[in-house]
Amino acid sequence: MTKQEMALPRTESYTVRLEHFEGPLDLLLHLIRREEMNIYDIPIAQITEQYLIIIRDLSALDIDRASEFLVMAATLLGIKSRMLLPKPPKLEAEELAEEEFEDPREELVRQLVAYSQYKEAAQQLREREELMAKVYTRTLFLEQPEGPAPLEGLNLADLVKAFEEVLKEEWSWREVPREEIPLREKIREINFRISRSPHGVRFRDLFSRGGSRLEIVVTFLALLELIRQRRAVAMQEGIFGDIVIRRVLVTDIVKGETGDDDET
Amino acid sequence: MIWNHGKAILEAILLASPEPLSVKRIAEVIGLDEKDARILVEDLKKEYTQPGRGLLVQEMAGGYVLTTRPEYGEYVEKLLAPKGKGLSHAALETLAIIAYRQPITKAEIEGVRGVKVDRSVETLTERGLIREVGRRDGPGRPIIYGTTKDFLAYFGLKDLSDLPPLSVDTSDAQLILRGREVSAAEQSNGDGGEHQAS
Repeated sequence: MTKQEMALPRTESYTVRLEHFEGPLDLLLHLIRREEMNIYDIPIAQITEQYLIIIRDLSALDIDRASEFLVMAATLLGIKSRMLLPKPPKLEAEELAEEEFEDPREELVRQLVAYSQYKEAAQQLREREELMAKVYTRTLFLEQPEGPAPLEGLNLADLVKAFEEVLKEEWSWREVPREEIPLREKIREINFRISRSPHGVRFRDLFSRGGSRLEIVVTFLALLELIRQRRAVAMQEGIFGDIVIRRVLVTDIVKGETGDDDET
Repeated sequence: MIWNHGKAILEAILLASPEPLSVKRIAEVIGLDEKDARILVEDLKKEYTQPGRGLLVQEMAGGYVLTTRPEYGEYVEKLLAPKGKGLSHAALETLAIIAYRQPITKAEIEGVRGVKVDRSVETLTERGLIREVGRRDGPGRPIIYGTTKDFLAYFGLKDLSDLPPLSVDTSDAQLILRGREVSAAEQSNGDGGEHQAS
């Protein structure tokens, strides 16, 4: 069970720690449970009030998360005010009227129910995860060379040669003492770049102008690591073509998804 | 006799295989038809449930795998590096939504969670549990995500139908509404919400 599911005395709502919630829906679910409200008939004034009290102090959150809580506050206030509006008499366009004056809580309820489902599912996955953490298989002992050929139309020597070309270029060779460029971060960065370029990124463009020697080397190492993990593919079209790094495509691995269906 | 021989072969190939062995593959390698191969592997699986064993035959990610028993995890862990940290709450929620609703876009996941999911999606992709499976037609052609085979293995699932069932099918808005109608005792039942309005 997660922290937010622990029962809190209702007088101490200020002790509810916002940062423990995954977001506004999580907080609302907590309130609904705590106040034993009917999720399909939420007393909107009451929950809005509770919600606003709890999010009074958003200082523990960063701006993004704080704004998510604020957007929900606005939604709640919007629903509350719509519910206060008198229902207009059935006017000209009836269908329109029916749709527009649907219970204003409708959408929120749908969201809350769906969210609570997945929250529960996540909990079940957590249990499986914990169990599986104690289980070891041969599959995990081995590197898994699954996926497409990591190099297309070139070999490792070509890649190294291309790297040497990069090194020959003009770089600001100021050596910064004790500069640290975590490989992991570089891997993440390259992965991010290629995942956003469906046609791949030119090898040369991976190396930023004005980078230090260390940065260039780390970039190259990161690239090799990505290729080794089969998360990136290096391609060269034609002998003197640009080497392009692209992400592993769906079509490369889609067969992995369906298990042995593809063997039939 | 021959049956036992087959089981011994099966045991050997299960240990040697770097990935889950499908019944089809087992049948090919041993030279059986698939029906017999399935019986054979189920037979071996049962044998491994006997006390006094350190291993298990488990069905996961589309095939059979020889695994260590969870109760001896701590010893194996001493031998090998412990497995990495579990997923964060946020990542797990995001993953659950993707698993049940795939293929799904980031915006759709955000619609369910009510928060941004860029970070979780990135983490899950890095860990190989989800991947881009294409693009949705429509404005912006957003990327759609699905789970991977590693996802199944990570949670020890046979296939996607092995996911724990959701208590309500949330893709069915009608169902949710019906639930509400029951509670809101005999309210005029307008059909569907804004999204259903076609």
